Amino acid sequence: MSTAFEHPTYNYKVVRQFAIMTVVWGIVGMALGVIIASQLVWPELNLGLPWTSFGRLRPLHTNAVIFAFGGSALFATSYYVVQRTCQVRLFSDKLAAFTFWGWQAVILSAVVTLPLGYTSTKEYAELEWPIDILLAVVWISYAIVFLGTIKLRKTSHIYVANWFFAAFIITVAVLHIVNSASIPVSSTFSVSIYAGAIDAMVQWWYGHNAVGFFLTAGFLGMMYYFVPKQAERPVYSYRLSIVHFWALIMVYMWAGPHHLHYTALPNWTQSLGMVLSIILLAPSWGGMINGMMTLSGAWHKLRTDPTLRFMVVALSFYGMSTFEGPMMAVKTVNALSHYTDWTIGHVHAGALGWVAMITIGSMYHLIPRLFGRTEMHSVNLIAVHFWLATIGTVLYIAAMWVNGILQGLMWRAVNPDGTLMYTFVESVEASGPGYIVRLIGGLCWVTGMLIMAFNVFMTVRRGEGARQPLPQTA
Amino acid sequence: MNNFWGDSLSSFWSAWIIVITLGTIGIAFWLLFANRQTDKTPDAEGNVGTTGHAADGIEEYDNPLPRWWFQLYVGTVIFSLGYLVLYPGLGNFTGLLGWSQEGQWEEEVTRAEERFGPIFAQYQEVPIPELSQDNEAMRVAERIFLNNCAICHGSNAKGGYGFPNLTDDAWLYGGAPENIVQTLTNGRNGLMPSWQQLGSENIENVAQHVLSLSGNAEDPQRAEKGASVFASVCAACHTPDGTGNQALGAPNLTDDTWLYQAPGQSLGDSVRQTLRNGRNGHMPAQAAYIGEDKVHLVAAYVYSLSRED
Repeated sequence: MSTAFEHPTYNYKVVRQFAIMTVVWGIVGMALGVIIASQLVWPELNLGLPWTSFGRLRPLHTNAVIFAFGGSALFATSYYVVQRTCQVRLFSDKLAAFTFWGWQAVILSAVVTLPLGYTSTKEYAELEWPIDILLAVVWISYAIVFLGTIKLRKTSHIYVANWFFAAFIITVAVLHIVNSASIPVSSTFSVSIYAGAIDAMVQWWYGHNAVGFFLTAGFLGMMYYFVPKQAERPVYSYRLSIVHFWALIMVYMWAGPHHLHYTALPNWTQSLGMVLSIILLAPSWGGMINGMMTLSGAWHKLRTDPTLRFMVVALSFYGMSTFEGPMMAVKTVNALSHYTDWTIGHVHAGALGWVAMITIGSMYHLIPRLFGRTEMHSVNLIAVHFWLATIGTVLYIAAMWVNGILQGLMWRAVNPDGTLMYTFVESVEASGPGYIVRLIGGLCWVTGMLIMAFNVFMTVRRGEGARQPLPQTA
Repeated sequence: MNNFWGDSLSSFWSAWIIVITLGTIGIAFWLLFANRQTDKTPDAEGNVGTTGHAADGIEEYDNPLPRWWFQLYVGTVIFSLGYLVLYPGLGNFTGLLGWSQEGQWEEEVTRAEERFGPIFAQYQEVPIPELSQDNEAMRVAERIFLNNCAICHGSNAKGGYGFPNLTDDAWLYGGAPENIVQTLTNGRNGLMPSWQQLGSENIENVAQHVLSLSGNAEDPQRAEKGASVFASVCAACHTPDGTGNQALGAPNLTDDTWLYQAPGQSLGDSVRQTLRNGRNGHMPAQAAYIGEDKVHLVAAYVYSLSRED
C-alpha cells in the first residue's frame, strides 16, 4: 500500500489495513458458509475427508465471519472513530500495528488448526489454548491503544460511539479470558477448568455476551458514528443514548441462560435468563430508534445513496432480531424453537441483516476517505450489492423460519397412541427445500461481497493514481 | 410462606441472588426515570436544541425519550417482576405457582401414562406370535422402533457394520419371543476376546479354519493346521463344530452372516481383525426408557421382521 495517503494527524495506515482485510475475510467467511450450506443439501460435498467435513468447517465459518470479518471491521472503525472524535492520533502506532498483525496471526492459526480438528469444543471459542493466549495479548493491546487514545483526547466529551467501543473491548477481554480458562494437557489439547452445568453456564454467559458485546455493542459504536455522518444529521437523542447504553451493558450480562432452557441448569437460573432477556428488548430498541430517528429529515437521501440504505436496512434488521431474541428467550417459545433452524435464522438475521449490513455501509463511507477520494469507484455497484445483500438476507431467514417451525412441530407431533408421528430423519428430509433456498441466499451474499471487492479495488487504484505527482507542464 | 422456599442454595447465596437481581432491575428502572425529563423546551416546530457539543462534526439533539418506548420499557419490567413472583427465580423462592421443570415433566409423563398406558397394557395381554399378526399393533410398534432402534439397526432393520440384521434368521441370542424380550429389557454385552497372544502364525491358521467352516477358506492347508487351536481355544464358546452358542451370544461361524465385515473389507481381513483385536458388542437395555409394555410390543415387531414373506 502506498504511503501517499498519510494523514497529518491521524494514523490511517492501520485503519486501511483492517478495512481491506474486512473485505477479504468477509469473502472467505461467507464462502465457507456457502460450502457448509451446500453440504447440508448434498452431503457428498464433505468429500469423505475429515478436514473438509461439516463438523470442522462450521466452526471455521463462524470464527471467520465473527472474528475475522466482524473483528477486522470493528478494529478499523473503532481506530478511525476514536481518532476523529477525540481529535488525536492513536495512543501508540507500534502497538496498533501489533494488534493488526497479531489479529491476522490469530485468524490464520484458526484457518490451520480448526480443519485439522484441534478444538476446545466451546462454541465460538473453539481455538486451543496457545491461540487463546495470543488472542488475549492482542486484545489487551487493543484496549490499551483504544482507551489510551481516549485519555489523550483534545475534546471535553467522550462521544457516544466511543462508549460502545470501550464497553465492547473491555467486556470481550473479560469474557474471553474467563471462558477460555483451561488446563493444558499438550500443546494442542486442554481441558476446561469448569465442569458440567457450570461449564455450560460459563460457556453461554460467554456465548450470549459475544453476541451482546462483540456483535451488538461494537457495531452500535459503528452505527453511532457512520449513520449521522452519512446522513449529515445530528443524533436524535443524547439522553436516549445514555439510558439505552447503560441498560444494554448491564442487562445483557444476565441473558446467557436462555440458551439452556429445560436443561440441567437450575430453574431459578433459567428464569432469570428469561426475564432479563425480556427487559433487554427496550434497551436494544433504543439503539434502533436513535439510528432511525437520526435519519428524519434525511429520508430523501435514501433515493440516491445506497450506502445510507445499507445502514437503514441494518437498523431494521437489528430491530427485528432484537425483538425476536427476547421472544425466543420465553420458555414456551423456546420449547418449540430450540435446537431447530429457527435459531440459525435468528443468528443470521443479526449477523447478515445487522452486523454485515452496518459494516458494509460503514466501509463504503470509510474506504474512499482512507484512500484520498470522496466517493467509491461506482455508486451503482453499491446499489447492486445492496439489493443482493437484502434479498440474500430475506431468503436466508425466511427459509430458516419455515424450516425451524417445521422441525419444531414435526418433533413434537404425536399419534393418537402417543408415539411420535415422525422420525428425526423425516424432519431432515423435510428441511431439504429450505436448505436450498438458504444456499441461494448465501450465494447472493458472496456475489455481493465479490462486487464490493472489485469496487474497493478500483477505488484504491484510482485513489493511488490521483495521488501520483502530476507531470510538470509549465 | 415456608411452602414457597426451597433449599437448593445456602441462605447467603439465595440472598445474594435476590439482592443483585432486584438491584439490577431497580437500577434499570431508575436509569429510565432519571433521564425521563429534558430541560430543553421544543421550539415552534417541535425541535429540541442540541446538547451543544460536537464530535467530528456530529451534533446531538436532546430529544426526550419516545413515550411508547418508555412505556414498553416499563411494561417489560412489570412483566418480569410479576414472573419472578409466580415462578422460581429469586434464589430459593420457588414462586407462588410452585412450578418447576421437573414438576412439569412429571405431570406430562403422568398425563401421557393415563392416556396412552391402557393401549399398551392391552397389547401386553396378547402373546407375541399372535401380536405380531396384528397389523394395527405393528404400525404402532414400527413408530417406536423407528424412533428408538432404527438409529443403529436402520429404518429397514437390516442393520449395518457391527449392528445385527433383524430381518434374517441368524440370532446371536435367540429369536424366540422370550429371548427377544430379554434382549430388549436388559440389553446385551457381546465380548469376543482378543487372541493376540496366539501369535500371528496361529491367528492366520485359525482364521483360515474359521473361513473353512462356511466354505470360504483361502488356504485349505492352513485351515487344517488351525483345527487344533480352534478346538482348544474357540470351541469353548463357538462349539466344536462352530455353530455357536446362543446362551453366550457366540455367533454361528458356519453360515454367511458376518457382523463385522466393514464395507470394502475382505472376509479374511475381517476375521483376522476379530481374532487379533477382539470385538465388543453393546445393545443398550430399553426397559428403563420405554417400559415393559412397549418392550413387549417392540419384541413382537422384531419377531415379525424375520417371519415376513
